Amino acid sequence: MLSMQNISKIYRTDVVQTHALRDFSLEVKEGEFVAVMGPSGSGKTTFLNIAGLLESFDTGIYMLDGEDVSNLNDDGRSHIRNERIGFIFQSFNLIPDLNVFDNVDVPLRYRGLKSAERSKRIQAALETVGLASRMKHIPAQLSGGQQQRVAIARALAGEPRILFADEPTGNLDSLMARQVLDLLEGINSSGTTIVMVTHDPELARRAHRSVHVLDGQVMDLKAVPDSGSKRENGVKA
Amino acid sequence: MFLYNLRLALLSLRRDPVLTALMIGAVAIGIGMSTTTLAVYHTMSGNPISWKGDQLYAVQMDNWGPSQPYNEPDEPPPQVTYRDGQALMKAAKAKDQNLSFTTSFVLQSDKPDVKPDLVQARATYTSFFTMFDVPFEYGGGWSKQADQDAQQVVVLSNAYNEKLFGGTNSVGKEVVLNNRRFQVVGVMKPWNPMPKFFDAQDDQFGEPEDLFVPLNLIGPMQLHNNGNNSCWGPPANNSFQGHLDSECVWLQFWAELPTQADRDDYHAFLDAYVQEQKKLGRFPRPVHNELHDVPDWLAYNHVVSKDSEALVGLSFMFLAVCMLNTIGLILAKFLRRSGEIGLRRAVGASKTALFYQYLVETSVIGISGGILGLVLGWAGLIGVRHLIEDSDHLARLDWTMVGISLLIALVSSMLAGLYPAWRVVRIPPAIYLKVQ
Repeated sequence: MLSMQNISKIYRTDVVQTHALRDFSLEVKEGEFVAVMGPSGSGKTTFLNIAGLLESFDTGIYMLDGEDVSNLNDDGRSHIRNERIGFIFQSFNLIPDLNVFDNVDVPLRYRGLKSAERSKRIQAALETVGLASRMKHIPAQLSGGQQQRVAIARALAGEPRILFADEPTGNLDSLMARQVLDLLEGINSSGTTIVMVTHDPELARRAHRSVHVLDGQVMDLKAVPDSGSKRENGVKA
Repeated sequence: MFLYNLRLALLSLRRDPVLTALMIGAVAIGIGMSTTTLAVYHTMSGNPISWKGDQLYAVQMDNWGPSQPYNEPDEPPPQVTYRDGQALMKAAKAKDQNLSFTTSFVLQSDKPDVKPDLVQARATYTSFFTMFDVPFEYGGGWSKQADQDAQQVVVLSNAYNEKLFGGTNSVGKEVVLNNRRFQVVGVMKPWNPMPKFFDAQDDQFGEPEDLFVPLNLIGPMQLHNNGNNSCWGPPANNSFQGHLDSECVWLQFWAELPTQADRDDYHAFLDAYVQEQKKLGRFPRPVHNELHDVPDWLAYNHVVSKDSEALVGLSFMFLAVCMLNTIGLILAKFLRRSGEIGLRRAVGASKTALFYQYLVETSVIGISGGILGLVLGWAGLIGVRHLIEDSDHLARLDWTMVGISLLIALVSSMLAGLYPAWRVVRIPPAIYLKVQ
């Protein structure tokens, strides 16, 4: 599903060069749930931005869903983001003026789907996250956990092949964090590949495997032999 | 997608009411200012007979004295003498031609409640009504026979017919002008060509006269000229006939010349006429005849003053300053929504799609500012009317100006939105998401 070979990314200013990623290589198979861990400044977010085609890289090869995306132009990257990738952010990134329905609708608007098809998908996604009754609420009327579930519904509505989550429970209390994680596990169990960046070892333990990033490089890969046995309250997406 | 973007634009504008008011206000002030000056300029520079303005030609013949031209460097007079005008009418070399001048009458009504009135009038030929497409409410122009016989017939303006006859059909009724009875043969519809092209020497933005009578009454009634009169030498004698025979220019002559061939032929005719007159000791200067169509004639007579042009230029510079301020405000507004921009980019919006979204938003600002600007412009025109005497006809807002103003508002606000929109869509989305 995701294959990065020797990816390098350097941020340059007039006086300094920062190697955010150096010879970064990672394979993620279809249907996997991978946690990416590492200290602040290790390159986790840069990896996620590059993997999600939000940022370009300097050298290396990146294959996503069987397609070489190394040299895609901006429109091509936007197209793939829209059709194959879903994002979940730590701070939810909901649009405050739009209600829940319209927030989930945002990615679908850029896909050219008809209104009826969009409504169907939004309804289904909100039912998956348990917020179908809150469609007309605006984000400010929801709790943090509910807002993150709306963000997950937004990511799910596009039926992505892979989901990138950046500290998805970072702004939530432990109860809500567990609910969100249960949700992600359910989504993964339905076949969606998930790559999650996190600081939290507890969260990482619920992934199939963890990847440790340090100084822009993958330090260690640990396969989790029986990840399925760790899941609780799995939700079917 | 347009309706979706329009909805987003309205939501966005509602989100920051103060900033929105500032942006719309800046556009409105600029548009209001430019609308005010442009409306005056538009009226001044309009072609009031655009459908045939390129077929009607004002005629100039240089009958001026030998020592100096009428106007530097070598301009012929803008009007003609009585004898030349009548000669050109008799020659009838154009498809149609007209000679006229402005005069006045004392009108006495049969109604006891209407007091004698000094009324502005135009003495002319019946061709005036056909050449200049004068619209009639009742009746029409007088006959050519009436021209030849100097019959006492009159055409009334719509306003004057309203005043004298309460707006009813007065054709066949009589009015008393300078103690003579005139029969009404026609009543015009409201007609106010702006500028008054057929007499660009006198009161260019005034209304046409209220009465029109046959020019050949000039002899029997000794009609005096109320308009501009220029002479390069004294008349042979001080009698009325002496004035008619003089080299003084005070009548307007127009020829209808539909084709280039007609114009060439007419020019040749004028040259031959002047050569003929030279044999009689007239036209001491070199042969210099000119034909000007309506737009050319208005430009030649500087109907649009340099001051007006400068004022329009200044108002557009002011609009540019307002739009520069708007650019800053729009940019600030867009950058405040960086999180939303990053999110939309992350979920697949292309740069083009976002650029389009923000242009729709700036267009909404432009249209709103344009509408408010029109209100300000309208108020400005009322101010102009109060400040400048007799400017009612100049300071007016027609539908063309409304359309032009809205278009200027739309285009200028879209231009103002180009840079902010371009700026925000080209920043990598990851930057915005980090900010968020």
